Amino acid sequence: MRRPITLYGLTFSLPLLVWQILFFVFPLLFLVALSFWTVKNFTMRPDFDTVNWTTMYGRAVFWQAYGTTFALATAASVLTSTLAFPCAYAIAFKLSDSARRWAVFLMVIPFFTSYLVRVYSWQIFLSDNGIINVILGWIGLGPFPLLNTVGATMIGYLTLSFPLVVLLQLFSLVFIDRTLIEAAHNLRCGRLRTVFAVVIPSARVGLVIAALFCFILSFGDFVSPVYLGGGEPTTLSILITDTTKSGQQWPRAAVIALTMIGTLMLVAFAAVKFAYKGKTR
Amino acid sequence: MSRIDTAATGLTRRSLLATGAAVLATPMLSRRAFAQATELTMLAWYGHAEPDIVAEFEAENNVKFVPKYYTGGDNMLGLISQSPPGTFDVILSDAEYVQALNEAGYVEELDPNDYALADYFPEFQNFPGNWADGKLFSMVTRFGFLGVAYNTDALTEAEAANYNVFWDPRLTGKVGHFDWHLPNLGQMSLLNGNANPYDIDEAAWQAVKDKTMSLRPQIGGFFDYGGTFSSLNDGQMLAFCGIGDWITGVLEKSGAKVRSVIPEQGGLQWSECFSIGKDSAKADLAKKWIQYITSAKGQAKSAQMAAYPALVPNQKGWEVLNAENPDEAKRQGMTKEAGNVIDMIRAGRIKYRQWPVQQSLEDWNDFWSEYKGS
Repeated sequence: MRRPITLYGLTFSLPLLVWQILFFVFPLLFLVALSFWTVKNFTMRPDFDTVNWTTMYGRAVFWQAYGTTFALATAASVLTSTLAFPCAYAIAFKLSDSARRWAVFLMVIPFFTSYLVRVYSWQIFLSDNGIINVILGWIGLGPFPLLNTVGATMIGYLTLSFPLVVLLQLFSLVFIDRTLIEAAHNLRCGRLRTVFAVVIPSARVGLVIAALFCFILSFGDFVSPVYLGGGEPTTLSILITDTTKSGQQWPRAAVIALTMIGTLMLVAFAAVKFAYKGKTR
Repeated sequence: MSRIDTAATGLTRRSLLATGAAVLATPMLSRRAFAQATELTMLAWYGHAEPDIVAEFEAENNVKFVPKYYTGGDNMLGLISQSPPGTFDVILSDAEYVQALNEAGYVEELDPNDYALADYFPEFQNFPGNWADGKLFSMVTRFGFLGVAYNTDALTEAEAANYNVFWDPRLTGKVGHFDWHLPNLGQMSLLNGNANPYDIDEAAWQAVKDKTMSLRPQIGGFFDYGGTFSSLNDGQMLAFCGIGDWITGVLEKSGAKVRSVIPEQGGLQWSECFSIGKDSAKADLAKKWIQYITSAKGQAKSAQMAAYPALVPNQKGWEVLNAENPDEAKRQGMTKEAGNVIDMIRAGRIKYRQWPVQQSLEDWNDFWSEYKGS
């Protein structure tokens, strides 16, 4: 039987609802409307014209940027999750309680500084005359082109999402029922097999959600592709800025933005469905 | 215990409170006097309302500038179109955007008699874009040239003085683009020998596209303002297309080994112009500012702006600059010596950066996106 809606319940739920309507639904609806506006002589005019959609979807460069962005974000999710898992696993299962608290604190610290500043500081390490190439030079190697490469962009994505992914993975790992692991060991299951057969399936929801967050952050990121990747290959976020530089074409930029939002929603639904697959309440 | 005789000291509780209140209120009064400075809103590129430029004018006129900085002409037009009329008292615009400002009715008409136009070099007295139907809408304040920016350790000035240097095998992966189609494609058009680089027919436009595409393997990145600075400063990029002294001048002053040169195929000119915003409630003060910044004294300041240096069109401004800072005047080529920047303009080596005439802006931008993605 459904509970009746009470004033007490509304007091706590309404602010969230109002917030979502004001700052998510309204802007999103405006973005949809904007994508049908037209631009004449640098001035946007309210209109209902599909020209922006047909133009953007008809351009090869759009689909190229879409594919690139999707592939980069997927690669970032896989790479970050793979690198973060041993870290989260060690914090969850190998450290004492106090050491674990310190580790969590260390993972939170990066959020104290601006992401832009952290990315700029990577330039000092990665440039041809940077710290890494200087050190390699001491042993007679290099210089290797590290900056303005896809690899550098990936380092930026890791900088952005690695601490968050570790934390999200950690929260799912610490809540695993330890008796399941003990049972596996009692049944002569090796350490590695226990990780793959017991730990990962048990923490699946958290691991998938962590990877999803990494995908979302990387898919929309502008800073790393520009300041570490040197603006190439063109990602959708770069294409948005390019489009707005072409005579105030905000409606076309809105088409790109809406496509990105749609993609992220589909990926999020698919990820959540996969995460909870087979789970019952 | 002794008591203070209030009658003898003349200090009553009431007078003590009154004096105390007056003392406490004094800073508030002075703060109020300070707050009376008139606020003047300025829409401009970064640097134009910083103390090195505006402090003297602010002190002399009891004005406080409230700047709104933009990053590019499209951004500027967007900010104006989204603001009610009268929001911006003074508007700085790149020359190619002045006509758009004028057509949209965003700026007030100016009276030529209010300004020291007679002190300007003749080339700037009837500056294109500032005038429409014989009416003045904007005053060109500063300008600069775009050529080849290069690392002086990697290239000599003679090597850099040709756009073909971008294809030099030594520079593979080391050529950077300032990420805006207009200056880059304009330079490619100059390299292809187009006398009017932005007024080209379809065949010439196709040739510009082909030539540009052939440069793609050399390119190490596409950079915004900050990225351009850092990649030149740390030697990551050894040559740059689409910029000039407005970036390398700042780096050069701080000791970086970079310079700009106008290649033998010619260079492009950017120009910044001041206008008074439509329906400004402080139009008189805005006019006073434009008078100041276009005067000899203001022009010398503008030439040495900390954010980015520039050339100035006022001949008397050159005289003040040469008296104040002869080294900077010489570095920028604003001296009476032969081969100065005005001579370069008169020799036809410099073309205005402008919007494409025979293609749409969109065509150029679309190609730029394709070029970047290729």
